[in-house]
Amino acid sequence: MQRYTLEAQGIQKSFGGVRAVDQVSFGVRPGEMLALIGPNGAGKSTCFNLLNGHLRPDAGQVKLLGQDITGLAPRRVWKRGVGRTFQITATFGSMTVRENVQLALQSHRGELARIWSPAWRLRGGQADTLLERVGLAGQARRPCSVLAYGDLKRVELAIALSNNPRLLLMDEPTAGMAPQDRVGLMALVAEIARERGMSVLFTEHDMDVVFGHADRVLVLDRGRLIAEGTPDEVRGNALVQEVYLGSGFEPEPAEEPVEC
Amino acid sequence: MENLLLQALNGLASASSLFLVASGLTVIFGVTRIVNFAHGSLYMLGAYLAFTIVTNLPRGHAGFWGGVVLAALAVGAIGALLEMLLLRRIYRAPELFQLLATFGVVLVVQDVALLIWGAQDLLGPRAPGLRGSVELLGLRFPLYELVLIGIGPVVLGLLLLLFKRTRWGTLVRAATQDREMVGALGVNQRWLFTSVFFLGSALAGLAGALQLPRESVNLHMDLATITEVFVVVVVGGLGSLPGAALAALLIGEIHAFGILVFPKITLVLVFLVMAVVLVVRPRGLFGKAQMAQAAVASVAEPVLGRAPAQLKWLGFLALVVAVAAPPFLAGDYALIVLTDMAIAVLFAASLHFIMGPGGMASFGHAAYFGIGAYGAALLTKWFAAPMVPALLAAPFCAGLAGVLFGFFCVRLSGVYSAMLTLAFAQIAWSVAFQWVEVTGGDNGVLGVWPDPWATKLNFYWLALGCSVFGTLALRRIALSPFGYALRAQRDNALRAEAIGINGFEIRWVAFVLAAGFAGVAGGLFAFAKGSVFPTALDIPRSVDALLMVLLGGVQTLAGPLLGALAFTGLHEQLVRATDYWRLVLGSVILLLVLAFPQGLAGAVRQWWDSRRRA
Repeated sequence: MQRYTLEAQGIQKSFGGVRAVDQVSFGVRPGEMLALIGPNGAGKSTCFNLLNGHLRPDAGQVKLLGQDITGLAPRRVWKRGVGRTFQITATFGSMTVRENVQLALQSHRGELARIWSPAWRLRGGQADTLLERVGLAGQARRPCSVLAYGDLKRVELAIALSNNPRLLLMDEPTAGMAPQDRVGLMALVAEIARERGMSVLFTEHDMDVVFGHADRVLVLDRGRLIAEGTPDEVRGNALVQEVYLGSGFEPEPAEEPVEC
Repeated sequence: MENLLLQALNGLASASSLFLVASGLTVIFGVTRIVNFAHGSLYMLGAYLAFTIVTNLPRGHAGFWGGVVLAALAVGAIGALLEMLLLRRIYRAPELFQLLATFGVVLVVQDVALLIWGAQDLLGPRAPGLRGSVELLGLRFPLYELVLIGIGPVVLGLLLLLFKRTRWGTLVRAATQDREMVGALGVNQRWLFTSVFFLGSALAGLAGALQLPRESVNLHMDLATITEVFVVVVVGGLGSLPGAALAALLIGEIHAFGILVFPKITLVLVFLVMAVVLVVRPRGLFGKAQMAQAAVASVAEPVLGRAPAQLKWLGFLALVVAVAAPPFLAGDYALIVLTDMAIAVLFAASLHFIMGPGGMASFGHAAYFGIGAYGAALLTKWFAAPMVPALLAAPFCAGLAGVLFGFFCVRLSGVYSAMLTLAFAQIAWSVAFQWVEVTGGDNGVLGVWPDPWATKLNFYWLALGCSVFGTLALRRIALSPFGYALRAQRDNALRAEAIGINGFEIRWVAFVLAAGFAGVAGGLFAFAKGSVFPTALDIPRSVDALLMVLLGGVQTLAGPLLGALAFTGLHEQLVRATDYWRLVLGSVILLLVLAFPQGLAGAVRQWWDSRRRA
């Protein structure tokens, strides 16, 4: 058994002289829910993009299950067993919910080169199972383009699960959702993670979500990792309190505008 | 040495007039994001109007230059009118639909010009006082050309001043970067867009009017110019004035010196340059990535469903009629038209495959049609191949070209990708046109007759069979996991990559498949006509395919079928019925664009769905 599912070793990224991510090292343990938090501009998104392959680090290494995946294209990272959801949901609008999940399953099984067999016959049952698990069985036949935002988040979750990931990367999983739906979605993610022994690394602005569901919390500020520990440890950390509003730990406003 | 200098000056003169047209197009694109095919028509109108005005005004400086300016203003007004009546209604339509609309305008303008000014070339008066030539280092150079060389930089300077120093120019530059934001700041976008159209059109009109003393005014000026100007604007970077100036210089000089250095490949040269520039710098020399553009939420394409049972029966019935009825039809003419239709359907379906599910625009799909046709024809001519092997070879020739050209085209996106397909198509066309020893050049390849068993009727059945099989095969592929992956990368590139889809590979394979099926259509075409000419792969043929697909509607799989039938039928009838078929066809296109922004098949489906719901 590996000690870490995913390990970042001294990863670093600069944009025109600004160090967005500076010498960050951490590990995601098997089966844990790890939250990455920090004020706006702390480097969370950049850090995420270094892990999922959208950006190549200037220095440092990213290891998945002990194997070096630094700088691999996102599609190769996915093939190694990483699922991901986007801050602004990304699904295929010209397909039904079921077809979205089917396609991800077909891609996972290496079936995309089959140009002569009807797609609707492949992996339909598995897609239904996944959709049922995320609570969308009733919406399977609807086009993704007409779904409510909260449901789209669940479609993304089902897509992200279709390669049986060892690690799920979720960028602001509850951004743009109504407060009552946020807790529901994260509870579902936590449940699925436990079932599958899957690790989850997520960034989040909503502190209720973070402290309600994370096993551990990482805190970034100006590109540096300033704290790491259980929610209670992080809550009591003076430096973290300093970073968040100087004094007294105040969660950021819930309706955070979406970062672009 | 003197010769070189003379050529350099000639190059400068044509660069100058190229720049005038290109600057108008690029300014219009920058703000409205419309690729205006009709820009060449505005240029042509400028020349015609200048002819009429100048010949009716008293002779002399005031008459000539006054006429030129009046013509430019008149064309500007026509452009503004065009914007208000037509384009304003379709800014939110898909890019290609706007293109279709502007192409409708091209057709209409062509026939209106024919109606007013007649078919013969018109020779305009020369500019007063500039008839002679000057001595430059012992060489005689026409004075008017020298003045023209001066006008380009002057206009560039004035435009830069206009954009940098006036409030209007600031607004236009702002709108070029982010039109939503400019709208949010309370600027009246309507008038901004109309005024930009006025300026751009006036520049085209001015360029046309200035041609008056240089060459005869004729009805081919529009398309000849627009291709060249597209090259300039794309090489320079869409929306960039300095880019257009530099590219015009580059293209003008390449024209001038190409004739000296590579007389055999003059036609290819310009497009080779464009291809190289786009491969090295995908957004042209001065082009910038459009940040604001990406944020605009595109309308989601509808879900591809299985056709309703009634529709399937209708299609089956139509097929039965298409197979069984022809033996009872009188005359070869009907068979010829039906064969043309079968070929057109396959050609359109192959283009639709990359445009619809693939989300890639192609302005040069005729290349693969033509390469298939030439492949089959040259095999029969040089190797005396019988019909069937020649037909079988056609898709491989076209597919091979697709492998090569597609590799570069599918890396780019949007208009740039479309322009690269156009460049490759023009390269293929130039080879067919200029490699006379092999292809016969303009005289084409003759005597490509079908085998004796393939009578007109049998050949029709063969074409119909290939067309039906090909169309159904493309449909099957579109509904396979591969087809879904193709649509996935179109719908959301980020998500597709995140589930392991290699967008480049998928697009490339789709491009090659589409090329292959177009090649089948081309091979059939060669044997149907008994000959192949360079027109098999020229721009109008690519445009025909685009028209068929867009008329039918990009979003439905039945679209290209309906579009091809409607287009071929309409075209055939109109050409027989009237000399002004372009006017009618263009008007029909404009009406369709305004009435059915989703194309024919989309409109039928909408009507069907609303009826079912009612």
